[in-house]
Amino acid sequence: MYFAGIDIGSITSKAAILKDGRVIGVRVIFTGYNAELAGWNVYRELLGELGLVASDVDKIVSTGYGRNSLSFVDKAVTEIICHGTGAHYLYPHVRSIIDVGGQDSKAMVLDEGGRVKDFAMNDKCAAGTGRFLEVMARALEVDLDAFGDISLKAEKAAKISSICTVFAESEVISLISKGEQRESIIAGIHESVASRISALAMRIGVREPVMMTGGVAKNRGVVKALEKKLRMTIEVSEYAQTNGAVGAAVLAMKL
Amino acid sequence: MSRFMKDLLIYCLAKAKKAKLGLSKNKGMRDIMTVYYMEAKTARLSRRKVAWITSGGPVEPLIAMDIIPVYPENHGAMIGASKMGAELCEKAEEMGYSRDLCSYARSDISCATVNGGPIGGLPRPDMLVCCNNICGTVLKWYEIQARYFNVPLFILDTPFCHTEYAEEMKRYVKRQIEEYLVFLEDVCGRKLNHATMEKVGRLSVEGQQLWQAVLDTAANRPSPMTAFDAFFHLALIVTLRGTQITVDYYRNLLKTLNDKVEKGIGAVPNERYRLLWDNLPIWYRLRWLSKKFAEHDACLVADTYTTAWCGTLKYMDENKFLDSMAEAYTRIYLNIGIDEMAKTVMDMIDKYHVDGFVMHSNRSCKPYSLGQYDIRRIVQEEKGIPCLVIEADMTDERNFSESQVATRINAFMEMIKERKG
Ligand code: SF4
Repeated sequence: MYFAGIDIGSITSKAAILKDGRVIGVRVIFTGYNAELAGWNVYRELLGELGLVASDVDKIVSTGYGRNSLSFVDKAVTEIICHGTGAHYLYPHVRSIIDVGGQDSKAMVLDEGGRVKDFAMNDKCAAGTGRFLEVMARALEVDLDAFGDISLKAEKAAKISSICTVFAESEVISLISKGEQRESIIAGIHESVASRISALAMRIGVREPVMMTGGVAKNRGVVKALEKKLRMTIEVSEYAQTNGAVGAAVLAMKL
Repeated sequence: MSRFMKDLLIYCLAKAKKAKLGLSKNKGMRDIMTVYYMEAKTARLSRRKVAWITSGGPVEPLIAMDIIPVYPENHGAMIGASKMGAELCEKAEEMGYSRDLCSYARSDISCATVNGGPIGGLPRPDMLVCCNNICGTVLKWYEIQARYFNVPLFILDTPFCHTEYAEEMKRYVKRQIEEYLVFLEDVCGRKLNHATMEKVGRLSVEGQQLWQAVLDTAANRPSPMTAFDAFFHLALIVTLRGTQITVDYYRNLLKTLNDKVEKGIGAVPNERYRLLWDNLPIWYRLRWLSKKFAEHDACLVADTYTTAWCGTLKYMDENKFLDSMAEAYTRIYLNIGIDEMAKTVMDMIDKYHVDGFVMHSNRSCKPYSLGQYDIRRIVQEEKGIPCLVIEADMTDERNFSESQVATRINAFMEMIKERKG
């Protein structure tokens, strides 16, 4: 029995397939402007990679902001429930999840059974999301993937006080022109992101064990800054980016 | 057509319509409100005076003096419901007002200068009555309008009731009520008839009792009405409190609702989940929201907003109306401490058998939105029900994002379903 989950995010689309309750494959591609096409492509590519055909898969659940644009799935579920389910499936002891994606960030608190007890989302503003980091990477002309490692070399973090992405960008540019070290600017950017996210998490009473998911969880600098802010250790699974898709596949199993 | 002729026409139409209304038994809300606004707009032809008053202000003395009360906030709700809020707010921003200012204030201030909005602006006031029991914004807002229209302004200052209504507060507010009556007598050039005042007071209390009874029908399963219905039927208890027409309207409505209860007819076809709404409605999205919740078999059975117009009945004494009114107007929902607000909310959760609490964090209304996270925490701890915060604005639709609100509502409902099955 195969079950699939597809998570269409604003920047990337993810798919996961489970066999007998175990993850056997995940895949990530860029979403582009056509959410339906991206969903279909990431799913098809993953099937191909695993040597499966569509008819092998029993049930499919979609999630993410583009979840309602897929006509071939059995059910669409919000990313809140999928992230909760995915995290609980991977680490049953997890009580809080912080998910930071391309255009939103959210925090969830789970009960003992892995059910979402409370959640908060920030999607009104780019601060505290992947988009914020992207804008800063462009201003600094640094590859975003290198951000995490570079910031870990910083001796101190530069202070970035603006919450607004546009203002923060001009702050960063003025720091560059003042000759501030690149490492410390990036560390400062991470602290700024971390303080936005921690405020969100604290609002719903985040508690350990905490797991971080979403594309930004791959950035070790942000994770470290967030650990410092929350005074908690944060677990990051190998499926951090595809956690929502894994959760969707687990829910497909229960359909 | 000259302005005068136009007004005369509207005036005659209003008279004819009112006469017809007087005869029919089931007076519709829309007809009543149309006549009300037509009368207000042509007040100078009937030699009546018009007062603009805040939604939480003591309107009864105005009614007793035969002054037509007009509510910029009710007008704001109409502007919002007609989706004209953003445009008028932008206009106010062009005039120099900050985007952070309450959108009712922004739309009213700009509307007055262009006579825009769904009814071509409000009738010109002869006086303004501002009671700060709802917020501090109204103070500056009414001062601006008093300057703009060059009319007298009465400010009723109700101290904030953190825990109790102390003796000094009592004296302070009562004294101002006396001044308020003198103010009205001065502007109108005649005395208040105390017998009329008593009658209006009794009608006001009766209207509020009926409004409470209407809202209470929602305690039934299934509920015969939703909060969205309450937002609609609310207009009269706000604008025409203390009149016979309001009492008649709610008596009729109550009968209709009780019939539904008896027949087991619910407002939401398959009512399964019962929710409580907090804060002002999102006027330009009422239909969308009500469909959204109904899709999940969820009924918004009650709300903290519409109950505000009967929430202080316990302090009212129809035999000592003016005295008790001072206390009742001071202790309204927005003028009490967070703990007491939370208590009100929790009482409603019990009374209406609520499964989830939906809070509209309203960009405009700071006094309503400021303590929400504390209230939410208290409710979660004490009642253990899921709470949802939706960020929006009651009138300015630029602060509303459909897909984001939809995701939140869907996730919230998934959560409730997981818990309740
Ligand atoms: S701030 Fe709130 S209470 Fe004050 S006028 Fe605006 S909506 Fe009404």
